[in-house]
Amino acid sequence: MSFTIATSPHTHQRRTTQQVMRWVYLCMIPGVAALTYFFGWGVWLQMLLALITAIFTEAACMWLRGRSARFAWRDHTAIVTALLLAVSIPAYAPWWIIVIGTSFSIVVVKHVYGGVGQNLFNPAMAGYVLLLISFPVQMTSWPVPQSLAQYTINFADSVSLVGSGYTQSGYNMEQLRTGVDGATMATPLDSVKTDLSRSLTPTEALAKPIFNDIAGIGWMWVNLAFLLGGLALIYLKIISWHIPGGLLLGLAVPSILMSLFAPGQAIGLSLHLLSGATMLGAFFIATDPVTAATSNRGRLYFGLLIGFLTFVIRTWGGYPDGIAFAVLLANMCVPVIDRYTQPIAYGHGGRS
Amino acid sequence: MTADPKTIAAGHIWTFPGGIHPPERKELSNTYPLRELPLATHYSVPIKQHSGEPGDIIVRVGQTVLAGQPLTQVGVGFGLPVHAPTSGTVTAIGPGRIAHPSGLPDIVITITADGKDTFAPPLPIQDVATASRADLLEQLRQAGIAGLGGAGFPTAQKLALQRPLDYLIINGVECEPYISADDRLMREQASTILRGADLLLDITQCPQALIAIEDNKPEAIAAMQAALTDYPRMQLRVVPTKYPSGGEKQLIQLLTGRQVPSRGLPIDIGLVMHNVGTAYAVARAIDHGEPLLQRVVTVTGEHVAKPGNYWVRLGTPVEHVLQVTRYTAETNQRVIMGGPMMGFTLPDLTVPVVKITNCILVPSTAELAPPQQEMPCIRCGACADVCPAQLLPQQLQWLAKAKDYDGLNQQNLFDCIECGACAYVCPSEIPLVHYYRKAKAEVRNIAREKAKAEVARKRFEARNERLEREKAERLERHRKAAEARKQAQAEAVKAGADNPQDAVQAAIARAKARKAAQLKEQQANSEPDGEST
Repeated sequence: MSFTIATSPHTHQRRTTQQVMRWVYLCMIPGVAALTYFFGWGVWLQMLLALITAIFTEAACMWLRGRSARFAWRDHTAIVTALLLAVSIPAYAPWWIIVIGTSFSIVVVKHVYGGVGQNLFNPAMAGYVLLLISFPVQMTSWPVPQSLAQYTINFADSVSLVGSGYTQSGYNMEQLRTGVDGATMATPLDSVKTDLSRSLTPTEALAKPIFNDIAGIGWMWVNLAFLLGGLALIYLKIISWHIPGGLLLGLAVPSILMSLFAPGQAIGLSLHLLSGATMLGAFFIATDPVTAATSNRGRLYFGLLIGFLTFVIRTWGGYPDGIAFAVLLANMCVPVIDRYTQPIAYGHGGRS
Repeated sequence: MTADPKTIAAGHIWTFPGGIHPPERKELSNTYPLRELPLATHYSVPIKQHSGEPGDIIVRVGQTVLAGQPLTQVGVGFGLPVHAPTSGTVTAIGPGRIAHPSGLPDIVITITADGKDTFAPPLPIQDVATASRADLLEQLRQAGIAGLGGAGFPTAQKLALQRPLDYLIINGVECEPYISADDRLMREQASTILRGADLLLDITQCPQALIAIEDNKPEAIAAMQAALTDYPRMQLRVVPTKYPSGGEKQLIQLLTGRQVPSRGLPIDIGLVMHNVGTAYAVARAIDHGEPLLQRVVTVTGEHVAKPGNYWVRLGTPVEHVLQVTRYTAETNQRVIMGGPMMGFTLPDLTVPVVKITNCILVPSTAELAPPQQEMPCIRCGACADVCPAQLLPQQLQWLAKAKDYDGLNQQNLFDCIECGACAYVCPSEIPLVHYYRKAKAEVRNIAREKAKAEVARKRFEARNERLEREKAERLERHRKAAEARKQAQAEAVKAGADNPQDAVQAAIARAKARKAAQLKEQQANSEPDGEST
């Protein structure tokens, strides 16, 4: 009788890549719920379109590479990429925006580099940056939080908006961004940035109706919801605290210093932490293991770098938010970070 | 916490990075007392059961042997002897299956048992109290004792190194899941183990010993604690349950806060470690003159009907062990020698139990699921979090696949202890340890090839040099000879003899004249025919 030959270890912890990825998107639920509450159903349409695009483009890539599509689907990484991109773009962006972005993420950023695990850049963020540079109008047209909006958007309107650019009653996105006072409403970060560049003081800039006392209306809760999901990821040991901790620290410290030494140009700590894609970026995007640094110390530096770059871009850059650019720039630095943060191996003079 | 002697003596337990908590499953086997396994009808005793060279065979086919009679002796390579596990006849000496992951055969002495199990007289030992260190080491060598913890390094050889020692560490951690051989031995033979440890202290001239046990073995801890009252030079250390706490380097870190230098030995930092099973065997060999004939083997897994810990004679085929313990095989059954983390699968059951066999595991697919298809690495870093050697397993994996040997060296591949923690947690089910073993073998091969090439190059260069030298010498010799000749001639001319040059000139003149005469004759002969060419 012959027996099966296998290599040790013969036992295995049953947590597969698929399970890890499943937890990632399950932990996005609070954030997605908050987005839905404040901005309507658009985010769901974007997620649906992104998923369909991701599944088809991934299958096509695998077919072209002469491999099994099911093998690629099995790890659920494409789903995470698609969902992250979908929640990053404006909720009522036209359908082709998410289709182009997701296709780019999957085909160029992921599979051209050799598929899962081989890509240098965060697929969702590379897709986002492509869209932001190519279609700046559509990519900055965030709707107004529903509590401030002049027009409410129901589900049918959402479908119509994403599909044709007009609601059922014929309003376009530009009209929908108009608040009750008749002025076009930007996102909190955009608004503050514009006002500061117009030499308004932060107090004046934050006096607009889109702000509450802490941060932007709606956006604050979206960020807190993503924070909640992110903490769940840490609790479940899907991610470690190093990247989000580093990112938030890298963003918070310079913003506090700025508030202390140059209060006239400072966006302020609470707005930095609770606006734009801060929490989504810190817990869900920057933590993409493939494109992050390897060791825990390296991850801390990686996070700090993203946080600092985000601060720089938000403060002095041409774009209101900087998470996506910061992530891509930090991705480029990963080999260097890895090189200088290699832990001291046992027996090489480190202390226990 | 600094690793100063006071803190060590105070019983501080340090920690080591990484580690995992796989299901222990020790309750499958550790509830049964030690039992003797019934004798088999035949035994196959590999001549090499330790790390190092085998001994020289001193029996021949057809010879009858007694239990405990040496089959090999310490040869030129300082190998360890192996002994007949029972009385019977040597029926074959030749290649056979051995307990090695490669499945490659090695020389095996087959003994057909006579069933009487007659023992040879015990090894002679003088009064232990007055015996010299060299005598005790020789006794251990003759008894064939090798480290029973897993590596199988000859114990006497390890003890022969004389360096100042701070601590002897007796390793009863047994962190590998399923295995409970040391656990049962400590519960039942605590005083013999400590007697062995005491002897080891004497032999190594070490002042004190630490006995380390994992906190998942309360019965063993209690038994050892009770026996320790007779041994003031020893202290018990209970370490938290975590795999691989029982690894030599990790246990040293836990108990002393020190790290064995890379490519160094524990003795370099004043420590020496022996397994509890080895300590037991040392006591039996010195106090009772018993050679190493048997060891405790955990037979476990859900496909064994009578799991437990058995005294198994070395050389017993696994088949016999599993028949006695009534195993059942499923399709694609794995039979693992060793534990689920570091053991290796057996190709068939003719493989014998040897000195390093601590466990035979016959799992069901339900308890130890077979490996799944390897998925791509997503660099999640779970492996780095659990690596006790503080390596970056995923980097090693990429480098190993790329055959980047310089990179592997830079990432300290050879500091990997192959504990398997990385592969255990890998969500992509990458057989990481397998890649490292392969890379290590390749690196060793390259080093060997390089050494060979270096030797060949040196030889080639030496040969070229020799040829050049010989040529130069020859030319020099010829030059000298020619010079000597010329000189001799010149001297001869001076002395009034014929100048040889004149003789040459004369000879040339004679030849010319002869040629001219011949030419004339030819012309004269051809004219009468009137033909000209």
